[in-house]
This record gives sequence, structure tokens and C-alpha cells, in this order.
Amino acid sequence: MPQPLNLNRIHRWGLQSPPASHRLLPCLIQPSMADPSEAKGEGSLRKAFGGVLGVFILLLIGTLAFSIRLFSVIKYESVIHEFDPYFNYRVTQFLTKNGIYDFWNWFDDRTWYYLENMSTYCKNSDLDIVFELMLLVILDRYPLGRVIGGTVYPGLTLTAGSIWWLLNNLNIPLSVETVCVFTAPIFSANAAWATYLLTKAPSHQFEVKGTGAGLTAAALLAMVPSYISRSVAGSYDNEAVAIFALIFTFYLYIKTLNTGSLFYATLNALSYFYMVCSWGGYTFIINLIPMHVLLCIVTGRYSSRLYIAYAPLVVLGTLLASLVPVVGFNAVMTSEHFASFLVKCQEVFIILHVVAFVYYIKGILSPKMFKVAMTLVVTIGIAVCSAVLAILIALVASSPTKGWSGRSLSLLDPTYASKYIPIIASVSEHQPPTWPSYFMDINVLAFLVPAGIVACFLPLSDASSFVILYIATSVYFSGVMVRLMLVLAPAACIMSGIALSEAFDAFTRSIKFQLPKLFEASPSDAGDTNRGTQDEPTKVDNNTPTEKTEATVKERPSEKHRKKEKKKLEKGKEIKEKGKENADKVSNKPLNAKKLLVLPLEASAVAILLLIILGAFYVVHCVWAAAEAYSAPSIVLTSHSHDGLHVFDDFREAYAWLKHNTDVDDKVASWWDYGYQTTAMANRTVIVDNNTWNNTHIATVGTAMSSPEKPAWDIFNSLDVKYVLVVFGGLVGYSSDDINKFLWMVRIGGGVFPHIREPDYLRDGQYRIDAHATPTMLNCLMYKLSYYRFVETDGKGFDRVRGTEIGKKHFRLTHFEEVFTTHHWMVRIYKLKSPKNRIRGKSKKKTNPKTTSKINSNKNVKKNPWQ
Amino acid sequence: MAKSSSSDAQALIRSLRSAYAATPTNLKIIDLYVVYAITTAVIQIVYMGIVGSFPFNSFLSGILSCVGTAVLAVCLRIQVNKENKEFKDLSPERAFADFVLCNLVLHLVIMNFLG
Repeated sequence: MPQPLNLNRIHRWGLQSPPASHRLLPCLIQPSMADPSEAKGEGSLRKAFGGVLGVFILLLIGTLAFSIRLFSVIKYESVIHEFDPYFNYRVTQFLTKNGIYDFWNWFDDRTWYYLENMSTYCKNSDLDIVFELMLLVILDRYPLGRVIGGTVYPGLTLTAGSIWWLLNNLNIPLSVETVCVFTAPIFSANAAWATYLLTKAPSHQFEVKGTGAGLTAAALLAMVPSYISRSVAGSYDNEAVAIFALIFTFYLYIKTLNTGSLFYATLNALSYFYMVCSWGGYTFIINLIPMHVLLCIVTGRYSSRLYIAYAPLVVLGTLLASLVPVVGFNAVMTSEHFASFLVKCQEVFIILHVVAFVYYIKGILSPKMFKVAMTLVVTIGIAVCSAVLAILIALVASSPTKGWSGRSLSLLDPTYASKYIPIIASVSEHQPPTWPSYFMDINVLAFLVPAGIVACFLPLSDASSFVILYIATSVYFSGVMVRLMLVLAPAACIMSGIALSEAFDAFTRSIKFQLPKLFEASPSDAGDTNRGTQDEPTKVDNNTPTEKTEATVKERPSEKHRKKEKKKLEKGKEIKEKGKENADKVSNKPLNAKKLLVLPLEASAVAILLLIILGAFYVVHCVWAAAEAYSAPSIVLTSHSHDGLHVFDDFREAYAWLKHNTDVDDKVASWWDYGYQTTAMANRTVIVDNNTWNNTHIATVGTAMSSPEKPAWDIFNSLDVKYVLVVFGGLVGYSSDDINKFLWMVRIGGGVFPHIREPDYLRDGQYRIDAHATPTMLNCLMYKLSYYRFVETDGKGFDRVRGTEIGKKHFRLTHFEEVFTTHHWMVRIYKLKSPKNRIRGKSKKKTNPKTTSKINSNKNVKKNPWQ
Repeated sequence: MAKSSSSDAQALIRSLRSAYAATPTNLKIIDLYVVYAITTAVIQIVYMGIVGSFPFNSFLSGILSCVGTAVLAVCLRIQVNKENKEFKDLSPERAFADFVLCNLVLHLVIMNFLG
């Protein structure tokens, strides 16, 4: 019999309900339905129908995932949201215009402008780039810039770029912006399908959770608000693609673990490569998988399939990860020292080899000899290990952060960032989440997850232990940083899908058993045979000879009801019942009247109804969250007032003004939030942008914003800035403006330049801008630029965000002039006045020592380096 | 005490040798290949220790290619070994095809990374 390239022979496929669906799903392998006695017409027709239904449902889930993310496109327009996506969009534009080779070697000089000595920050640059930089220094036009090829995760831009290229070659002329906007919804549909695969992946000994659970999990993931928030149409960010890569990598790992096929191991490594290209969260994978391997070894579940799943992944994965320039050698080393060579996955690699060798030796030796070998090895091994460990500890302890980077340290110790790195602490996404945000982001799943965890323990297999570990770690990390709730979402969906599927299974089975009893006043043996036939199809060991008998009894009409499982969403769980059911499956006696615990008919009917209602609540919440909470592009704002919808398009108005009314070489200074948008839309060089890699630079801008006018002008002049941009929400009530962010500017600036002290800006520990504010606050540049001429709007200068009248109302600017204020006063642009040619009266030299000596004599202040 | 342990060690080595002699020839060939790969890796590490690790990517790719082929050969051995019950459905041709594919991917990456 000719054997096609199928992997099914390694599988232990139970005869669960419609395994034939796999025949039709392209990415799945064929089921082991080669049993000729199976080919009874009715049974296979039913299976085929089930398969088609499964495919159809998956398509619908994909469409659902795509369309629920389109709210912002419908409500506003097809525009790119937020701040970071603008940078990615600009990079993609460059890629599509100039091709991939120029993209790898691109040195972006429109960012991080800084006239200073050449820094040696660009480790990955070629010799050509170095010469180009030196030339620019000679010409006195050196930008700090950013080596794009070396500092950006290329996965997202390459994906969108290739989609655009493919479509254009097929003569579908979509613009780059359209492709960028819609990349995220497309990949979220892919992620839903990947979740289906992952939840359905069969374990080695038992059928884990089946198609029903897979479809439920996929449907849940398509709608979960946490994932929607980062992948809505227009949110063109790394996570849009990375979550798909994450789930798919996990699926391939489980697949390799179950089948032991090297082919899937290769695919797993390639998928991991794609994940590394896309997002910095790849470290989650490369730490979770070794943890799982360790867990398997420790719980005695070592098998050769584990070796095949893990060892090639480590080697290939390390190599592939080093290929990506952003990661480089960090894939191999955790700190700067070459000597501290070992990363966690390599340590587990070594442990795995030791264990594998031990098992091999155990296999060939007799038990007595094995004991002798063990004692010998243990004595030698302990000596060697302790020596190596001592060296390692000494090396790691000698580095200041003990070999960990700031971000990962802040993951382990949540308070680390707020103490030492104010920039990381200031990003709102890095704060720990509050309890309501869990309920907002994963809603109903929050209490289905524990049920799913219990379901995974019965029975425990490699695959289900992996999913349990996944959810445990992701819950911990999501508790540290709000942003990581995104990683929790797929795990929660999988667990909930399993829980719901099991619960629904239990209830429908109860109904199925009792329905015939209700309709026919039949004797108990009919019920018994029904009960008996229900059980074996759900779980079978491959060694059983009763396959043939099961095939004949499978045609019972009660088979029809099984289709119901796939259509509905369910909830709740009966643990005891599940345990009973498992005991029955393992004992595998086909025609016994088993003591299957069924619930009363009415109770299970009501329970199913409640499950459906719960599902409805979940759907309603998700749609609401998608439409209202997460669809704001944040570059266009709307508000509903009594005279209809009011649109605030001030940001784009300001950037367009900059683009049309300033010279190409003019530099713009603003707080780092707006850097990407300014570069992308106004096409002007900025001083600092969202990449935030240079803390001193940001602190300089922060100091300038916190200083009085003259020192601020000095700072900006030294940076060759021409225009300063501030965002002000006091007129319309926009609360994310610069005055609200001002304390962060003070803190970050004060972290590097100690003459800026936060208490100077607070009155009695309170941050105010009204008449009781401190003079330092009322004189600083941020205050002046925000509230210049603000009294002219309503005569009193009432700030709608802070809710008070401002302190200093009538003042003039001496070193800046206002050049543009947008329609709703949200963005204000100022130009630096050029220095006076002739200084009236005394010369500069005479006045400075007096003023500085006065300042120094008054307080013990650190000398301001800018004066 | 020492005498008993040394005699134990001798008995151990003898039993190891006799047990290993019983393995079929094709597996022994794979084992030889693994030993060769590991030896090459060790030689490279010694060389790096002498000369220094300057083009670190070359060093990494050299080491990892040796370790990688060793690992893949071990995987092949696992899959081809007739005593492994889990893999009795897997034909040796299929195992070898997987092995070749994986090696292909590995060496493509190595050649790119070699610099």
C-alpha cells in the first residue's frame, strides 16, 4: 500500500468526533482512518459533513477576527494610530521605495539630532557608514541618527512590505498605508486559526481536547479585547504580527513533541526565527520552552521525542536568532562578558543531554551495573559541577547588574524601574495592571481559566503541561506590566476554550442520555447500550482490539447530536463528572452499563442556556470594547457635544503646518512622545523620539522644558533647534497634554542634571498651576509656552483639564515667538528668536559673574552646566 | 575501598563495551559521525582559546554547525533505532529525509552567518 508523506502513523488518533475534519483542513495531517471497516457510508458522510462544517466555522472565525477590528476605519478613517506605528510606517515606506538592501543599510539621520562628538554607539555599522559619519562630522552636520538596519525588529516591516509587493505584482494597486493599516487584522485572523491548531493538538497518549475546544478557543481569541487593543486596524505595531508567530511557534513545538518528527522541529525553528524578527517578546518563548523541558524531565516524562523537540530548536534557534541584527549575540550571551556564556536555554540543553545519556546507558546496561555507574558518575559529577558553578557565580557577580538587563530586571522586581530608570517607569504601558483592567481585557475568561487548568490536569500530558506552564508564567508577567496582558490573552483563550468545551460536552451528554428516556418509555437496556456506545468513541487506546466493534456501533443515530458541540459557546464544569468519565475511558469496556454521572435533564438544559447567555455577554463586551475603548486613533479625537460630533484634527494640522512652512533642515524639539509622528508626517528632524534609547538626550530636553526662558533658549540653541512644539489641552479638555506629563520631564531631567529638583515645582507636595503655584513652576518654559496668550480665549484663563484658572496670566515671551497655534489650541509651535546683534549697556562678561555668584551665594546649588 | 571501586569500574567498562558491541552497524556509523562532529567542535574551541574569538560570528557558526549536526545525527539515530517503540511506524527513509532537510536548513543558516 503506497504510503504518502503522512505523519499519521506516529500519531495515536483516538476515534473522537469527526476526526475526518482534519482531512479537509489543509494544515493538518490526515487521520488514521485507513481502517477499511470504517468505510461505512453513513459514518463517513457524517464525518465529512463535520469536516466541512469545521472548515466553514474556521472561515467565519477568521472573518469575525478581521471585521471586529475595523471599527476605527469605519468611525474615523483608514489612518495609522498612536505614536510607534508611525515609525514603523515610515520604515515600511522606505523599504517599498528603496528595496531591501538599502533598507538593511539605512542610517536614519532624521532622528536624534545632536551636534556633538561622534559617539561609538553604532556597534553594527559597516565601514562605509563609519566613513560617511566622519565626513558628516567634518562638514559639521553630524546627526546622532539611528542605524535602522541594526536597531529595528524587521519582521513587521518585511511582512507588510512583502504583502504590498505581492499585491502590486498581482496588479492590485493598494497603497503602502492601506497595507499597513490592514496588516494587523489579517494577522489576527491567522492567530485565531493558529489557536485552533494549538488547542486541538493531540497529545501522545490521549486525545487532548478535540476540535470543539479548538474552535471555541479560536472564537474567543478572535474577540478578546486585550488582543484587539494592540491589533486594531491602524495599529501597525510589532505585536500585531508577533502574537501570531508566538502561537504558531507554540503549536509547532507541541506538534513536534507529540509526533517526534524532525520535520516539525525544523518548522518550529523557522517559526521561532520569524518570532525573533518580529518582537522583543521572543525571550518569552526561549525561556518558556526550556522551563517546560525541565518540568518534563523533573516529573519523569522524559522521552526521546522531548529530545527531538528541544535539541534542534536550541541549535537552530540560537543561530537564527543571531542572524537578526537587533538581537545579534544577545541570543548567546546574557551580559557583556564573553565568559558568562550560558543563557538559560543552553543550560537546559546541557541538562537534557545529560539526562538523555543517562537513559541511554540505562537502556544498555543491566541494573546492577547501572547502579555502579551511577555512583561513580555522581561522585565525579558533583566535584566538576561545583567547580563550574563557582566560576560562573564569580563571573556573574562581578558584573554590576548580575548579568540582567534593565527591562528584564524590572520584570522580576516590579519596583526596580520606578527606583532606577524613570523613563521605563514613565511609560503608562509599563505600569502594573489594576484588577478592573483584567476584567476589561479578558472579561469572562478570567474565571474560566481556573476551570481550564483543572481540565488540563485530567489527564496530564506533555501538551497540557505546557499550556499550564504557559498560563502560569503569563499571568505572573501580566501582573507586572499592563502591556504583557497581551501575552496572557492566547493562554486564557485556550484554557477557557478547553473548559467550555468540556462543560458543554458534559451537559449535552446528560441531555442525550436522558432524552431517549424522556421520549420513549423504553426499558433500561436501551439506555444502557446508548450510554455504552457514547463512551468508547470519545477515547480509545490504540492497542484495543475492540475497534471493529466500535465501528459497527458508531452508526447509532445519537451520533447526530455530536454536531451540536461545535456550534455553541459554553461555560462551567463538572469536575467529578469528568473524573468519572476518564476512569471509564481508561477501563475501556464497551458494552457495560457504566456508572456515568449524568446531571438531571432540566438542570443541564438550564445550564446550557446559561452558557449561551454568558457567551452572549462576552460577545457584547468585546464588541463594545472594540468599538469604544480601543478604536481611537489618538491622532484624531472626537467628542460628542450637544451640537453633534466634533472632530479635533489638531495634530495633523500642526504637522502639516510644519511641513509647509519650515525649511527642510529645521529641527523641531518636543517631548519624545511626538517624535515618530513628527518625523513621519511633518518630515522634519526631531531631537528625541519614541525610541528613548538615549536617556541623557531626553533629560536635556526635559531640563530645557523645566528651566526659565533664557537657559532653555541656550539649551535649544546649542542643539541647533529652530522650533519647539508643545501639546496643550487646556482649552478643550484633552488630558494627555504636556502639562500633565510635565512632572515626568522634571524627574527625568533631574535624574541627569541635579539642579532641576522636583520639589521646586510642587507647592506642599501638590502639583498646581494656579495662583498658588511655585515661582519656579510659573517661570518655566513649559508653563509659558502652554499658557501664552491663554487669557485671550475666555478672559479668565480657565484650564479645563486642571480645573482652575492659571496663575500667571499676562506675560510676554522674550526668547521665543509664537508661530502657530492650531484651531483648538491643542498644538502650539514656537520659534526660537535669534540672539540680539547688539547687547545694550553692559557686556555679557560683566553681568554673568554677578548673577552666578548671587545664585551660588544664595543656595548650595549644583552649578548649572548650561550657564 | 579503592580496590573494590576500581574493580567495579573495570566491570562497568567491560559491561558497557559488551553492551555497545551488540548495537547494529548502522547505528555505530551514526555514533562515529557524532563523535567526529564533537571532536571537531572541541578542536575549534581549543583554537579559539589560543587565538581569541574575534570574528565571533564565525566562531559561533563553526561551533554550532558541529553541535548542530551532532544533535541531528542523534535525532536520526533515535528515530532509526529499532528498539525504540515510539518510532516503529516511522520508515527509516522518512527519518533520513527529515535529517537531510534539517541539515540543509542548518547549513544554509551557517553559511549566511559565517561572515
